Amino acid sequence: MDYIIILIAAVFVNNIVLSQFLGICPFLGVSNKVSTSVGMSGAVLFVMTIATMATYLLHQYILVPAGLDYLRTITFILVIAALVQMVEIILKKVSPPLYQALGVFLPLITTNCAVLGVAILALGLEGGSLLKAVFFAVANSIGFALALIVFASIREYLELANIPKGMKGVPINLLVAGLLSLAFLGFTGLV
Amino acid sequence: MSKKKDTFLNMVVSLFVITIVAGFSLGFVNDLTVGPKAKAKLEKKVNALKLVLPTFDNNPVDDILLVQSELAKDSIEMYPAFSENKFVGAAVIGSTEKGFSGLIKIMVGFNEGGNIKNIEVLEQKETPGLGTKMKDEKFLAQFREKNPSNFNIKVTKDGGEIDALTGATITSRAFGEAVQMAYDEFVDNKDSLKKSKK
Amino acid sequence: MAEKMNQTQNFLKGIVKENPVFVMLLGMCPTLGVTSSAFNGLGMGVATLFVLLMSNIVVSLVKSQIPSKVRIPAFIIIIASFVTIVEMVLEAFIPFLYEQLGIFIPLIVVNCLILGRAEAFASKNNLMSSILDALGMGLGFVIALTMLGAVREILGSGSLFELKFVSENANTFILFILPPGAFIALAYLTVLFNKISIKTS
Repeated sequence: MDYIIILIAAVFVNNIVLSQFLGICPFLGVSNKVSTSVGMSGAVLFVMTIATMATYLLHQYILVPAGLDYLRTITFILVIAALVQMVEIILKKVSPPLYQALGVFLPLITTNCAVLGVAILALGLEGGSLLKAVFFAVANSIGFALALIVFASIREYLELANIPKGMKGVPINLLVAGLLSLAFLGFTGLV
Repeated sequence: MSKKKDTFLNMVVSLFVITIVAGFSLGFVNDLTVGPKAKAKLEKKVNALKLVLPTFDNNPVDDILLVQSELAKDSIEMYPAFSENKFVGAAVIGSTEKGFSGLIKIMVGFNEGGNIKNIEVLEQKETPGLGTKMKDEKFLAQFREKNPSNFNIKVTKDGGEIDALTGATITSRAFGEAVQMAYDEFVDNKDSLKKSKK
Repeated sequence: MAEKMNQTQNFLKGIVKENPVFVMLLGMCPTLGVTSSAFNGLGMGVATLFVLLMSNIVVSLVKSQIPSKVRIPAFIIIIASFVTIVEMVLEAFIPFLYEQLGIFIPLIVVNCLILGRAEAFASKNNLMSSILDALGMGLGFVIALTMLGAVREILGSGSLFELKFVSENANTFILFILPPGAFIALAYLTVLFNKISIKTS
């Protein structure tokens, strides 16, 4: 039951992009085509899950016992940066097709605040356990994927629309994101 | 000064030095701020207590009473107030998960007879501009000087005497429940509260 | 004289011409996430300005000692240290702002603006230019966040810096302090900003 609530909350109610404002840079940056947004979502799912697992263990078994909780931010970002590099190298060797699909997005993910954000938020989960934290990361990356892919599909149509000159580009994208966020607001109170 | 070359040794040494310096300076700042951090937390609690309790001269934070209850996941915190060694009331933390966006945590102050002195909202995630109005004077005033034993703290829709916030019935309902929970716990534990002065 | 012109340029470019929020679209997460009131926007802006200034100073001082292959991890460590310092100081001395900004304080570390300036400017320029660059860019960020926060607070809560100018029961445009309002307000502010900067140049 707990897990269903986490899933619905992360995907719809507290959508990581549209209501928590994490991962806005890739949301606005790589959403011009549906195909790229699918690739980005895959990469985020991959990195976010592994990163949350690694940082959760690091926090639980090294930082807290040693009383070094205050080094959280600095260690987490280093772990994430190193992990992204490692994933990139391993993918290149083990699965070239997957690397082809996700490779270009990996370097961008280090500065994707959704990854660090979810890693930190996962520490505060009620009755936290490693499984719960990892599930939370997966749920949030599904939420990220949903927002990004829906947004990209709308943007593909916008290409063809007749938009006032001053609104072209960034402003109209932000407006569309606002409307999307408004739609997601309807899910509040669901859990 | 010329740029350092990309030799393995140079890379390892420079990163090592930066990490050591960063680690030590953070440790230093942490030592400096540990005291003020704890003080700020305590001050927040004491300020809330001063707002909700009748005048007291003991230290309610030291006399804290923790009770287990099936109503809440964690133990419930109760802060008794004494004036000249006489029990004058207590502040009880009430909480509910039934808010519009989940947890609402409030501190309710009662006098000795169980009349509500004042309420302070500690944690909430309600919709800004709607549910958050539960912090407003107009809403809170409805609870003051009332005794839940003879005053129905439910919203009027549910047959109670509290006017719900406009557009935030669920929040108002949850708020009433949290107050009720605090009151029930206060009544159940009044005897142990009276004896809790250290 | 040319030198002096250049330094003024370094400072001014961040405020209008290369404004980090309206023009370069950097640091969008905190821009949208914490600007439900003018004060929060200002607080976040100043915290970011501090980290940006300190990291630019340190990066420009140690740049020649860092081999270029490991420069990015080195910059990240420097930035993360200052972010942690800000986090600790806020928690100890301005606890209510610490609570309001929440998760966005540790997330200053992934604000592309800061790493971007360290990499693109401070690692190539001298101390003085780096300081001016950080001050200009940081100020541009502060102005943008405070403006967005002010617009959202005025429309959404009917107040500015907590000073209410409508009656207690007035209906305000609540949408603007909710998440969608952040996107919508920023969209129109960007249009406005583009219009002004095109006219002046």
